[in-house]
Parts: sequence; C-alpha cells; structure tokens
Amino acid sequence: MLTFTIRRLLLSIPTLLFIALVIFMLMELAPGDPMAQVPLTVPPEVKEKMREALGLGQPSHIRFFKWLYQFFIIEPMVFWDWMWGTTYTEGVQRVISWQTRSPVMDIVIQRMPQTLWVVAMAYIVGVLIALPIGIYSAYRQYSVFDQTGTFVSMIGFSIPPFFTGPLLIVLFSVQLGWLPSIYDTTHVVTDWASFKVQFMQMIMPVMVLALQTTAQISRYMRASMLENLNQDYVRTARAKGLSEAVVVMVHVLRNSMIPVVTVIALGVPAIFGGAIITENVFKVNGIGQLLLTALFANDIPMVLTLTFIFAILIVLFNLIADILYGVLDPRIRYD
Amino acid sequence: MTDIAQIDPIAALQDKEPQKPPRSQWKDVWDQFRKHKGALFGGGFLIFITLFVILGPLIWQIDPQKLDIRNKDIRPIYTWLWDGDAKVSWNRPLGTDNLGRDGLANMIKGGRTSLAVGWAAMILALVLGTLIGVLSGYFKRLDGVLMRFTDLVLSLPLLPLLLVAVTLFRQPLRAAYGPEGGMFVLIVGIIGITSWMQTARIVRGEILALKEREFILAARSIGTTPYKIITRHLLPNIMSPIMVSATLGLATAIITESALSFLGVGFPSDFPTWGKMLADSVPRMTEYPERVVLPGIAISLTVLSVNYLGDGLRDALDPRIRGR
Repeated sequence: MLTFTIRRLLLSIPTLLFIALVIFMLMELAPGDPMAQVPLTVPPEVKEKMREALGLGQPSHIRFFKWLYQFFIIEPMVFWDWMWGTTYTEGVQRVISWQTRSPVMDIVIQRMPQTLWVVAMAYIVGVLIALPIGIYSAYRQYSVFDQTGTFVSMIGFSIPPFFTGPLLIVLFSVQLGWLPSIYDTTHVVTDWASFKVQFMQMIMPVMVLALQTTAQISRYMRASMLENLNQDYVRTARAKGLSEAVVVMVHVLRNSMIPVVTVIALGVPAIFGGAIITENVFKVNGIGQLLLTALFANDIPMVLTLTFIFAILIVLFNLIADILYGVLDPRIRYD
Repeated sequence: MTDIAQIDPIAALQDKEPQKPPRSQWKDVWDQFRKHKGALFGGGFLIFITLFVILGPLIWQIDPQKLDIRNKDIRPIYTWLWDGDAKVSWNRPLGTDNLGRDGLANMIKGGRTSLAVGWAAMILALVLGTLIGVLSGYFKRLDGVLMRFTDLVLSLPLLPLLLVAVTLFRQPLRAAYGPEGGMFVLIVGIIGITSWMQTARIVRGEILALKEREFILAARSIGTTPYKIITRHLLPNIMSPIMVSATLGLATAIITESALSFLGVGFPSDFPTWGKMLADSVPRMTEYPERVVLPGIAISLTVLSVNYLGDGLRDALDPRIRGR
C-alpha cells in the first residue's frame, strides 16, 4: 500500500506538469492581448515597457518555467514565512495579478474561506441527506419511498443549478421574504444573532449545491446496497439470528460504503466546478467568482493559477479515492 | 420399435413450422424498453420537443428578433387565470420580453440552438470517444499511450477550461464564421473535445473483451483486414453501450451549453438559446418570473427526458436484464 501511494504521488507530478502546460499553452495560443484596453494614444515604446513590466517580454517557455518556479517554490516559501514569521522571501517576485497588481495567492487566500464554507457545507449536507435515502430505498426496493426517492433524485440530477438558484430566490427571498438573496461575505459571526444571519444566508446556496450531490450519491448508494443485499453473507447473517438492524446497518452497509466512499471523494473537485455557477447566482464572493472576473478582465496569471488550483484538487482527490479504495477493500491489492 | 415404424419418415424429416413469428433482437429490446414508463415518457418528450423546435417556425411565423416596443412586457396568457388585470394578449401566448420580442418564437428559436448544440457536441464526443476507444482496444501498441492520454484529459478541470477557451477564442472564430456560426463551432467543438473520455473508456473495455472471441478469430483467419473487422464485427456489437453514453452525452452537452450561456460566455445576446434567455431574465425575475421559469423548465424537462431515455435504454439493451 505504501509503495503504491508513493508511486501514485510520483506519477501525479508529471500529470500536474502536463496540465499546467496545457493550460499555459491555451492562454498562449489565445489571441487576447492584455494591452488591448490601453488607449491608442499611448506611444508604442511605452506600451513595450508596460508589456515588460507585466512580465511579457520573454519567450513563452521561459515565462512558463518562471511561473512554475514562482508557483511551486516561491509561494510555499511565502506561506512558510507567514506561518513562522521568517523572512526568506523578502523582495522576491511572486505571481502578480494584472488586475490588482497584488500577489495572486493573497487574493485566493482571501476568497477561499467563502467558497470553502459554502462548498464544504453543501457537500457535507448533501452526503448526509443522500446516504439514508439511498440505504432506505434499497432496503425497501420498489416501495413508494423508493419510487419517489428515485424520481426526485432523477429530477435533482436533471435540473441545472442556474435554474434552481433563481427559482429558490424568487420563492424564498421575493415571495416569502424569509431568506436573503445575496450572500454577504463581509458578515462576521460574533454572537447568536449574527450566527443566525450567517445561517440564513447560507441555506439557499448550500441547498442548491447539495441537491446535485444528493441526487448523485443517493443513486450510487442505492445501487451499491442493492448489489450487496442479495449476497450470500447477508443470508448467513440473518440465519445466525442477527437482528435486521445489525444485518443492514453493519454487514451490508459497511460493504456497500466502499464504492460510495470513492465516489464521494471523486465528487469533491466537481462540486468546486459547480460552485462557479452557484457563486454567480448568489453573488458569493468566492474563487469561482474570482475566476470569472479574472477571465473577463484578461488577467492571465490569475486565471492560470486558479485553473491550476482546480487541477490540483482533481488530481489530489483522485489519489485519495484510489488510496481509500485500497485501504477499505481488502480484496483490492495494488502491489 | 413399432412406434418408429408408424411415423411417416418423410414427415419426420420435414422442419416443424414455427409456432410464433421469429423474434428479432430489436423486438426484444423494444418490449423491454416499453416496460420502463419513464423511458417511454422521455423518448416521447424528446421527439415532441425536437418536432416542436423543427416544425415550430413553420406554424408560428413570428420573427423572434422582431422588436415591437409598443407590445413590450406582455405576460403569458395563463397569467390571466389569477390576475384579471394582467397585460395579456392571445396573439402572444407566452408574452413578450422587455423589447417586445415574442416569447413563443424565442422559445422555439432558443430550443433549436440548444438542441442543435447538444446533438452536435454529443455526436462529436461520441465519434472521438469511439475512435480512441476502438484504436486503444484493438491495437495493443496504441493502448498505453491513448489510455494515459485519456487519464490526463480526465484530470483537467473542465468547467474552468471551457470558460477560458470560450472567452479567449471568441474573437477569431467570430471573424472567421460570423458571430453566430463562429460561436456554434466554438461551443460544439469545445464541449465535444472535453467530453469524449467516458465513451472512450467504455468502448475500449468492450473491445478488449470482444476481441478475444471466436468470431473475431474466425474473421481474422479468413484474412479480413482490421478495418473490416472493426466496422463489420466489432462496432455493431458495441452499439448498446455507445447508445447509452450518447444519451448521457446529450444531457451533459445541453446543460454545459446553458451553463456557459448563463455565465455570459455563450452565444451573443441577440441570438437566443434557453440558457441565454434564462440568464438575461434573471435581473427582472421578480416582475416577470415566467421568463426565467419557461426556459428553465424547457432545459430541465429535456435533460430529464434524455436521462430517463438513457436509463430505459440501458435496461433494454442489456440482455441479462431483458426478459426479467
């Protein structure tokens, strides 16, 4: 298991480098010019100076390696400095956003908590709702609960979040006036009253994101439970006289959770992608929204870094899923 | 012994008349498919919505782009049921928008684009996926390279990359193919080349299993070329998984196109698609909720019906489930 983990970790380095190259080349090939917004009255030599100031003066392969160096060496060192108060990186060039002229990672760190709050909360809520639904619909297959559950999860699967979002806003913010329609990121939780405000503003974005998760995970959970419920060991367990609760909740559930846990791990990066849309609907000031504004402003270092962070998430959670599968299922042996 | 002598030898040698007409594979598939109510509904709705967007403009001949500022902000006709004072008109059954463009005509036009993008992107992804899957399944030398490549593409962050690609390549393609054609090519191409991976994996697995069967060995032994083996023996046998992944692909392509339009990187604003109409109406959805709800319902119902169709097809095309 350890050798497998190490091998997979080593293998993910070329994968990440390849992804970085793809994203970088995509931006290089694209015809967008960061100088396009500069007025025509600016003389060409000044424009040339401005290009160099943005770090555009050098050929693309050098810029690629410089970006890699900054992202993988400088930024972790900055983090180290910030953690322990050392000064290794004073005056070192970091990845700078063209929009704000401040380091990209600082902005990402500022935006990250909002996204994490909403996304992580949504994922946890979604999974917590999905698991009991999946278990019970498999246990009572073809019952009314199962039929409704399957139907609702199919609907949740099919309705896109950019439709459920506005729908919920119209219903709960406009007609009923219960919940705020805009997520206030400057809100600070200090006491019960402010916690309640935070809770109220989180309900809708979390539920919109959780609906997608619930639909997917409950389908997987149901299928996995159904597969295990007909196995011989279940009959043996019942024949031993174990109570139904023990049979289902211990024997069957533990075996059925193996594939579901990997699906849950694999779904984490996807929900960050979905958060781009949800953040846009509810005006959450998170990294999805940051990516969109950076895109429209032609802020290439920011877009590059953010897309690469998404890629790291995908590779990381793929790795976690593979390792979890090996740890949980003794039948799977990688080496 | 005497029994045998009594049987007429000529009659015994004759073939028995089949009691029932022969059953073809597709008849079995249809019988199983018919049992799945959701799939029947899904298939029916998909046919209905396709006919609606294809034949719609012939029946409802109002130009969706025509501005009619005097008749702006007309509510749909059903609003009249609960609000007698609402501004409704039988000439505009689904109302008009803030520039007086007809709602029904826009729904038809938008649906046309959404479905066209969905079908085209799905077919592109399917062709790419099948090609890569067949190549890597059939030719051992290509397998390692192609599957590693598939894994790499699978770990790309697709939605951010789609956004990046659409924003960055919008201008040159518009210049080359016109504002609408360029966007169509771009969106179809980008969705197509980012969603072939699942199909490729499934096809490869099926090909790997089929390749070892006797009929392929027989075909090879009489000197059939690899191209003919693939087109005549392998592809017809993997039609069912391909069809199932086609339905999934259609659903995701429609959703992705709408999501791009919603985020403001899709088609130009005078060129309606369902996602674009939904996104444009969100700022005024408190006064005119129908402009959000109608395209949203259209997208959701189409995707729902396609998903159900896929579910039904998966059951019907799997011979192990069929007949149960």
